[in-house]
Amino acid sequence: MPRKILDVPQIASSEITPESVWLNRRNLMKAAAAGALVNTLPTQAAAASAAKLLSYSQGQCDGCSTEEALTPVEDATSYNNFYEFGTDKSDPAEYAHAMTTDPWSVEVSGLVNKPGKLNLEDVLGGFDLEERVYRFRCVEAWSMVVPWIGFPLAELLRRFEPKADARYVAFKTLYRPEEMRGTRSFTSVIDWPYKEGLRLDEAMHPLTLMTVGLYGKTLPNQSGAPLRLIVPWKYGFKSIKSIVSIELTDRQPQTSWQELAAHEYGFFSNVNPEVDHPRWSQRYERRLPSSLFKPNRVPTQLFNGYAEQVAGLYAGMDLSKYY
Amino acid sequence: MGVPLHRLPWADRLWWALVFALALSPFMLILYGVLGNTLGPDPAEALMHQTGEWAIRLLVLVLAARPLARWGWPALFRYRRMLGLFMFFYTTLHLLVFAQVYVGWNPAILLEELIERPYVLVGFAGWVCLIPLAVTSTDGMRRRLRQRWRQLHQLVYGVAVLGVLHVLWLSRSDIGDAVLYGALLGGLLCWRAALVLRRRLTALR
Repeated sequence: MPRKILDVPQIASSEITPESVWLNRRNLMKAAAAGALVNTLPTQAAAASAAKLLSYSQGQCDGCSTEEALTPVEDATSYNNFYEFGTDKSDPAEYAHAMTTDPWSVEVSGLVNKPGKLNLEDVLGGFDLEERVYRFRCVEAWSMVVPWIGFPLAELLRRFEPKADARYVAFKTLYRPEEMRGTRSFTSVIDWPYKEGLRLDEAMHPLTLMTVGLYGKTLPNQSGAPLRLIVPWKYGFKSIKSIVSIELTDRQPQTSWQELAAHEYGFFSNVNPEVDHPRWSQRYERRLPSSLFKPNRVPTQLFNGYAEQVAGLYAGMDLSKYY
Repeated sequence: MGVPLHRLPWADRLWWALVFALALSPFMLILYGVLGNTLGPDPAEALMHQTGEWAIRLLVLVLAARPLARWGWPALFRYRRMLGLFMFFYTTLHLLVFAQVYVGWNPAILLEELIERPYVLVGFAGWVCLIPLAVTSTDGMRRRLRQRWRQLHQLVYGVAVLGVLHVLWLSRSDIGDAVLYGALLGGLLCWRAALVLRRRLTALR
């Protein structure tokens, strides 16, 4: 398949991101190159050297962009939940550099006519990449606006030819304890590897993005390098990171959070201000960056504002029952 | 206890100031973080975490003061009141941040949080229990209340139970904090219970 070359996007993400952030980054990279910061800032240095510029076009679909202000790249890549590296928000940025992402392959198995392995090179060279600016809503009641780069998951799945009886897609994150300090914690109660799942029609929806980059570059490790899912109308934990396995099944797969607390985390986990979580009210969210005196609380929207595109998937379903 | 600070010998005054500065330092760091904007993109979470963590750490110190004194290290016991008041201070900050960032000073939302989220209710109850303890912490109140003062301040053990429950209920995928503070506070409560039991038994004889 020919690789699409960037044909002058209307707004490149580099123009939206505050200039100071980019200048900072540039300085950091310079310093890292000079070797001055290599020892003191291994994470940033590694991220700066590993991140590659991507060629992509602007996503044109309905819901593929938003006018809302982007979250600065430094915030989106320093405040993450990636429990394989620890439960503090700063742990992933600090420790995820230990994860080897090259070589990388994803196994596609289960109810498909052509099961097989997909190497990262096949992914990066084999699909037309596009940029999509999505709202990202965490179940913990904070949110960001992030320019992701990827391609519809549907395109990937079609290549493996799902069988007629396939109903669900199960995903798994890499589990490599020697590189993931969070998985070695004695007090962690997650049964690794991290597992997530979608109904097949959700997985095939044009907004469901197989994501390889953000802010114009390949994903940093803390954001789920080299390949992650983004499902913009669901809570962030559904958007599984660093995927190594995709399995099509006829039965609803068990997810990690369901295993931990099924009454708190349902299979669907669609963003819904009316369905409260036992821990956090879901009516409002803190749009980051937030501050103590200007918390930037905004009302949460049904399906994270993508109701027009996805509500049809759940027609006739009681959303408070299928949460 | 009972001796005003300005009548204490110099060395004691210095120690007092040192302990005060130490207990205040987390607040100064938090303040520095807020003013310097170094708490990251979501200061709400960082502030809730830090104020809560220091409150429960101080609670451990307050409850550990007596057993440590019995085992020959009375230093902490001398500052128990100050540490207890600092514990109240950090718990209050914790609640203020919650009101500012999560509740938005809306009584209806606070009520909803209290009803729907048991960990909020438990934490709030713990703070309410601390109010009479803080109010009656002066020498004058202690004199006036006499025997009742002692009984009233037993409430701190209830606060410890509520504190552990609060942390336990908050744990999601990693129960490290709950195990740590549960073991520390649970151990201190057991020590206290054993002491009371032994006294009663001796009294019976």
